[in-house]
Amino acid sequence: MTYIGRPIRRLEDPPLLTGKAQFAADLVFPGEVSMRVVRSQVASGRILGVELEQALQLPGVVAVWTADDLDLPPIGFRMTDVGGLESYRQPVLASDYVRYVGEPMAVVFAENAYLAEDAADLVWVEIEELEPALDATLPGTFLPGMSADAAMIEKAYGDVEAAMASSEHLIELELTVGRHTGVPLETRGAIGVWDGNILRLYGAAKVPHYNRDAIAQMLGLSPEMVQLHENHVGGGFGIRGELYPEDVLVCAAARILERPVRWIEDRREHLTAANHSRDQVHRIKVGFDDRGFVVAIDDEFWQDQGAYVRTHAATVTDLTAAMLPGPYLVPAYRARGHMVLTNKTPAGTYRSPGRYEGTFVRERAIDAVASRLGLDPFEVRRVNLIPEERIPFERGIDALGTEVIYDSGRYHDLLERVLQHLDYPTLRRDLERRRAAGEMVGFGLAYFVEKSGLGPFDEVRVEVDTDGRVEVITGAASLGQGVETSIAQICAEELGVAIESVRVTHGQTERIGRGMGAFATRVTVMTGSATTMAAGSVREKALRVAADLLEANAADLRIEDGRVFVEGSRNGPSLTLADLALAVAPGSDGAGRHGAGLVATEEFLADHMTYPYGIHAAVVVVDPATAGCRVIRYLVGYDVGRAVNPMLVEGQLVGGVAQGIGGALLEEFRYDDAGQPLSASFMDYLLPTASEIPAVELVLREDAPSPLNPLGVKGAGEGGINATGAVIAAAVDDALGLPMAVLRLPISPERLHQLLSG
Amino acid sequence: MISSRAVTLLVNGVDYVVEVEPRKTLADTLREDCGLTGTHLGCEHGVCGACTILMDGSPVRSCLLFAVQCEGAAIETVEGLAVGGDLHVLQQAFWDHHGLQCGFCTPGFLMLAKGALAEDPDLTGEALREVLSSNLCRCTGYQNIVTAVEDAAARMRS
Repeated sequence: MTYIGRPIRRLEDPPLLTGKAQFAADLVFPGEVSMRVVRSQVASGRILGVELEQALQLPGVVAVWTADDLDLPPIGFRMTDVGGLESYRQPVLASDYVRYVGEPMAVVFAENAYLAEDAADLVWVEIEELEPALDATLPGTFLPGMSADAAMIEKAYGDVEAAMASSEHLIELELTVGRHTGVPLETRGAIGVWDGNILRLYGAAKVPHYNRDAIAQMLGLSPEMVQLHENHVGGGFGIRGELYPEDVLVCAAARILERPVRWIEDRREHLTAANHSRDQVHRIKVGFDDRGFVVAIDDEFWQDQGAYVRTHAATVTDLTAAMLPGPYLVPAYRARGHMVLTNKTPAGTYRSPGRYEGTFVRERAIDAVASRLGLDPFEVRRVNLIPEERIPFERGIDALGTEVIYDSGRYHDLLERVLQHLDYPTLRRDLERRRAAGEMVGFGLAYFVEKSGLGPFDEVRVEVDTDGRVEVITGAASLGQGVETSIAQICAEELGVAIESVRVTHGQTERIGRGMGAFATRVTVMTGSATTMAAGSVREKALRVAADLLEANAADLRIEDGRVFVEGSRNGPSLTLADLALAVAPGSDGAGRHGAGLVATEEFLADHMTYPYGIHAAVVVVDPATAGCRVIRYLVGYDVGRAVNPMLVEGQLVGGVAQGIGGALLEEFRYDDAGQPLSASFMDYLLPTASEIPAVELVLREDAPSPLNPLGVKGAGEGGINATGAVIAAAVDDALGLPMAVLRLPISPERLHQLLSG
Repeated sequence: MISSRAVTLLVNGVDYVVEVEPRKTLADTLREDCGLTGTHLGCEHGVCGACTILMDGSPVRSCLLFAVQCEGAAIETVEGLAVGGDLHVLQQAFWDHHGLQCGFCTPGFLMLAKGALAEDPDLTGEALREVLSSNLCRCTGYQNIVTAVEDAAARMRS
C-alpha cells in the first residue's frame, strides 16, 4: 500500500476531538503545590529590597523565594552562540537589576493556584526606577559599564562598494517590522516531579533532549537523572519549548520541597514573559540597472533583542542576514545586523524567523525598483530570479553554521504557474475596473526562498513487537503539526505495514537517548529520512529471517500489509511480521542466528539545509472610511519537493498565512515611554479571527525534490508565513495608488489612516 | 481562606456535587473538581473562547462564570459530544477536514459550533465565519474549521 503522498486523516486527532488529550495543565500529581512567579512591574530598575513576610504568613503558602534562596546559573544558549554574549544571559530570578516588565523576581509556592496568586500579591519589591532603553537603533547601556550593542553579524560576498558605484540606479529605504510572536493558544506549563532518584519535567516541548541536558547541568545532576515528558502541546511556533526560567524553577523547587511543583502560565504572563520576535529596523541600499536587475544590496539592520539574550543567541540575526537575498542572483551583497538589548521582553525565534522580516525588506526593495522603472511586479522578479541552470546555487555565505546552497529549484517555472493560476491579465483588468468605480483595491506579489531540515542528525528506532505492532521512537517533538501521522506514513510505506499498526513515540527522553526535537522545519526532512532508513533496516531483517524460515531467497520476498510472501505467490506460504518478531524474540534460536528483536536504529546526517521556495500573491481592499484593510484573495505557490501528506502541507501553509496576516495588519507589542507593555491581553494584542482570513488558494508543487535526503522532501512549516508581510504591503500600496507607501508592519488602521490623509 | 460552598452542577447529564470557593470559575471547577479537562483555558478573560461550553444550550465562556452561578443550569462540555464510541457529526467533520492541528482550541470550537447550529441549522458562508470569529485558533487559518462546520451542518440537516 502506498502511504506517502496521500491526504490521510490524522492519527493524533481522536483524543483531541473528544477532550481526552492531556495537555500540561490537565495533569494532576498527588501532593502537588502551585507556583506563582512575582514579576517586575517596571521596565528598568535596581532592586533595593524584597519583603516576603506578609506572603509567608498567608495560610496555605509553602515557600517564597528570591534569587538569594537559589544558587542557579543563568540560562545558556542552545543555538548560534557567536561569542561574547554570555554576559547578556537571563538569570533565573533577577537579583540586582530588573530589565523588563514581566521579569521573574521571586516565586511563591502554595497549596493551590488561587492561593499562590494571592500570596504573590503580598510580595513587596522596592525598586529604584531607571530610564528604559526602547529604541534598538540607539543602543545605550545594558548594565552600568556594559554596552547594549551585544554583537554585530556580518555576511557578505562580492564587491558591494564597486557594484554600487557603477550601478545605473540607487534606492535607499528604511523598513521596519514590528514586534510579534507566536502566541500558541495553550500558554506554557511546567510540572516538576522528584522521586529521590529521578527528576521529571512534564510539559516539555520542542527540544526535550537539549533541555534535559541543560537542566541537569544547571542543577548539578547527571543527564540520566533528568527525564523530560512531552504531553499534548497546544502550538509552538518557535517560542514554546525553549528553556525558560520557569522550567528551571519547577525542577529546582520539586527537589527542595520534595513535592510535585506545578506552574501554568496565564495569558498576561505569556504576553510579557514568553519570547517575543521580529522587531527589526533595516536601512537597505539597492543598486540596479535599467532592466531592473539588482547588482548589489547593502543592508544594515538593528534587531531589538529585548532585555536578555535567551537560548537562541544570535539565531534570528544570523538567519536574517543569511536569507535576505532570497531567490535572486544579487551578484554583490552585504548585511550587517546589530543585536541590541533594550528593556522589552526578551526575543527569540517565531515561525520563519529572520525571513518574514528579510522577505519584507527584500521584496519592498524589489517593488521600489519596479516602481522607479515602471515595471510590472512579475517582470522585475523574472529579471532577477536565479535561473534553473545555476542551481544548485552557492550563495557564498552561511546560515546557522551551514553553507547556503539552494539545493534544487525551478524558480521561473513557479512564477509562470502562479501567473497562469491568477489569470493575471484578467485580474489586472478587473482591478482597474473596480478602481475606476472608486474602490481602493490592490494586488501584491512576493517571492521567497525558505530553508528547512537543519541537521546535524536525527535518530529513529523502529521496533516490531510479537503482536505485529510497530513503534517508531524518535527524539523529535510534536507541537500539533502532524508528526505522528506523517512519520507513520513514511514508516508504513517503507516497512510494508498498514498505517493502523504504527504508533509514533516522540518527546520522551526516557525512550531514546538523543534527539534534536522540532524546530527550523526539520522533522519531515530529518526524522522522516531517519525513519525511512530504520524502517528499511527492519524490513531487510524481516526478509532475512523470513527467507530462512520459508527457505527462499530474501530477494524473492515481498512484504505487504505486514505479511511476507514469495513474490508472485500471494496465496502461497507466508509469515506475518508478528511471526518474524517471535522468531527472533530474545532467547529464541532465531535470535541466536539473526540477532534479537525485529528492531533497528538508524541515524540520518545532514551538513546542509534544503531550500523550498514559493510565491505569495494577494488582493486587498482598503476602506478609507474606517482605515481598515481586508484581504479578499490570497494565493500561495509553493514547491515542497515531495509532500508526504498534502493535506497536512496545505494545513501548514494556510495556518502560516493566517499568522502572517496577523503580523501584517493586526499584531504588535507596543510599549509606552516608560517601557510599560500596552499589548498584554488579547484585547490589545489582536490575533486574526475567521473574519479576517480569506480562503487561501494553493498551487502546491513537487517540481524540485531535494537531492539531499532519501525522500526528496523539503519542509512546509514556514512557507505560509514567510512572505505575508511583504505581499500585504505591496497590495496596500497598489490599493492606495501610492508606490512605496508602506514602510513598516503592521499596517494598523492608525498607520493606514496616516497614509490615507497624506 | 475564603469559605467554600457546596454546589451541584449538572454536566453532560450527570450531577457533580462540588465544594468550591465562590470565586472559583466554572472552567476551573469543571477541570479540577469534575475532572473534565477537555474544557481548556487560553486567556482567562473571555476573548479566545477555548473554554466555550454550552449552558442551557447556548455557547458561553466558562472562564467568565463562577461555578456558584451555575447551579441548576444544564452544562454541556466536549466530553459529552461523542456517544459511546461514536463521534458527534461535528467531531467527525473536524477530523475529516483537518479542522485541527494542535487541538487546543478544538473543544471550544466544537461547542461553539454545536450551539450555533442548534440556533440556526442553515448557518453558512460569511454568517458562519462571523459566528466562528468568536473563538481564536492559531494553527489552522480557520478555512478547514469553516469547511468542517459547513459539512457537519449539511450532514445534520440531511
